[in-house]
Amino acid sequence: MQNYYQPEIECASREEMLKIQNEKLVAQVKHVYENVKYYRDLMDEKGVTPDDIKSVDDLHKLPFLTKADLRDAYPYGLLGTDLKNCVRIQSTSGTTGKRVVAFYTQKDVDLWEDCCARAIVAAGGTNEDVCQVAYGYGLFTGGPGLNGGSHKVGCLTLPMSSGNTERQIQFMQDLHSTIICCTPSYAAYIGETLKDMGLKPDDIDLKAGIFGAEPWTEEMRRDIEKSLGIKAYDIYGLTETSGPGVSFECCEQGGMHVNEDHFIPEIINPDTGEVLPEETKGELVFTSIDKEAFPLLRYRTRDICVLSRKKCSCGRTLIRMSKPMGRSDDMLIIRGVNVFPSQIETVLLSEGYSPNYMIEVDRANNTDTLDVYVELNPEQFSDTVKAVSVKEKELAAAITQMLGIRPVVHLVSPKSITRSEGKAVRVVDKRKLHD
Amino acid sequence: MSVKQISVFVENKTGKLAEVTRYIADNKINMKALSVADTHDFGILRIICEDHDTAAKVLKDGGYVVAETEVLAVEIPDTPGALANILDVLVKSDIAVEYTYAFLSVKNLGHAYMIFRVDNNETAKTALVSEGFNVVTSETLF
Repeated sequence: MQNYYQPEIECASREEMLKIQNEKLVAQVKHVYENVKYYRDLMDEKGVTPDDIKSVDDLHKLPFLTKADLRDAYPYGLLGTDLKNCVRIQSTSGTTGKRVVAFYTQKDVDLWEDCCARAIVAAGGTNEDVCQVAYGYGLFTGGPGLNGGSHKVGCLTLPMSSGNTERQIQFMQDLHSTIICCTPSYAAYIGETLKDMGLKPDDIDLKAGIFGAEPWTEEMRRDIEKSLGIKAYDIYGLTETSGPGVSFECCEQGGMHVNEDHFIPEIINPDTGEVLPEETKGELVFTSIDKEAFPLLRYRTRDICVLSRKKCSCGRTLIRMSKPMGRSDDMLIIRGVNVFPSQIETVLLSEGYSPNYMIEVDRANNTDTLDVYVELNPEQFSDTVKAVSVKEKELAAAITQMLGIRPVVHLVSPKSITRSEGKAVRVVDKRKLHD
Repeated sequence: MSVKQISVFVENKTGKLAEVTRYIADNKINMKALSVADTHDFGILRIICEDHDTAAKVLKDGGYVVAETEVLAVEIPDTPGALANILDVLVKSDIAVEYTYAFLSVKNLGHAYMIFRVDNNETAKTALVSEGFNVVTSETLF
């Protein structure tokens, strides 16, 4: 039996959905134009007025927003309402320089939690479930988002946050958790720990897991499902639009249904900005049509994926997006943290190293590994192993400070990292995250 | 009264040590003493050459990362406890030894020497000499 959290939306006809989208979009463009000077200037520059936007068909006329705009407008430049109307701030995970701070009114929090509630219900959640939220809590959207969704569904909510894995399993056993929400790599780790503790999937009551915030493969899904004895569901989102729950998987596990009554998705050619038809691979763009505090229009996610309106047997009519197949920029997601190679470069220069480096990302036992190869600076060399090892450790600490995740630093000989003519190849991602 | 040592950074990869020693050979440099320290990622090749200045220049010109250090060369008698006796002197003077290695002199056949990298050459030298040990210079060795 299929359950829906808001069937009138999730299973609406195309006409009904278009009506919702058109009404919300027209009002939102007007709201943004009147309240967000930064975006009004972009629209004026492009010669677009709110009157030009009469329906979703006119969406392409609006200017794009990028992460660079968010940085330029930091922290209040894209705020759509008075701060006194805002009740919450969330932020992207630990990255300096490109930090995104998003604001929420109570209504924004509500709609975000509704989105998460839809995801939990789609994974089989009801008010009889015990939902263990093992995403990080705090500025990171994962914990608060799923926590709120779990409340809305009426699940008994366990706000565990991440870490302390044996205790997570202890709670799972004692309080009979049936749903777990966390990053896929943490789910895999819980699976391994369960085994290490001499327990079997049958010793816990989990039936479903909702996993997101980082890329994962079908292979990883099968591993997690087996090790925890559950069905694993993908969830997608970004702080810029709200957090997890922008889209979510149903029992079909065939792409994520986009909550398009709140976020209109488009796929564009990342080079030209031209809108591409459904079933075509391109960069995903979102327009938030009813957020008040942080109403981003045509925000370029840099995630490459495909949209599909093919009928889904779960009964939902919400458009589906594929798992992201890559990025149109150089951002890496490592252990759930957004990492730009330029951040590592900044640290190297400030620590007196050459900007010739190589980042190698891999996955061992379903956990991401980050290795940074750096050319040794002759001035930093000494005849003792201890002194050189201390240099490696100091650099690793400085990078950890910047990124929020710990790398393994390897000092290599000068000029040993390949120079290339045009754009340097700085990143080797061996994870094979995209099937 | 010390000896100059050259340290070369060598990545811990197959063929890297061969590469640098071949380079040294191609430049007609004769190594008199050698030790290699290794870690998971890298190694440090430490050498003492007759013509220190030329050897250091050649290696730097070749793009190698080089450090030059003054180390102590101490003659060591061929008897049990000889090394322990030297180390006792250093311990008493509160001298820390970073590393040490041995070599045989060809010029003074039958004489063995220990190279010591310590945290204070002057203090170590004074202490060893006052206890009757022979701390030598490169002229004695080559």
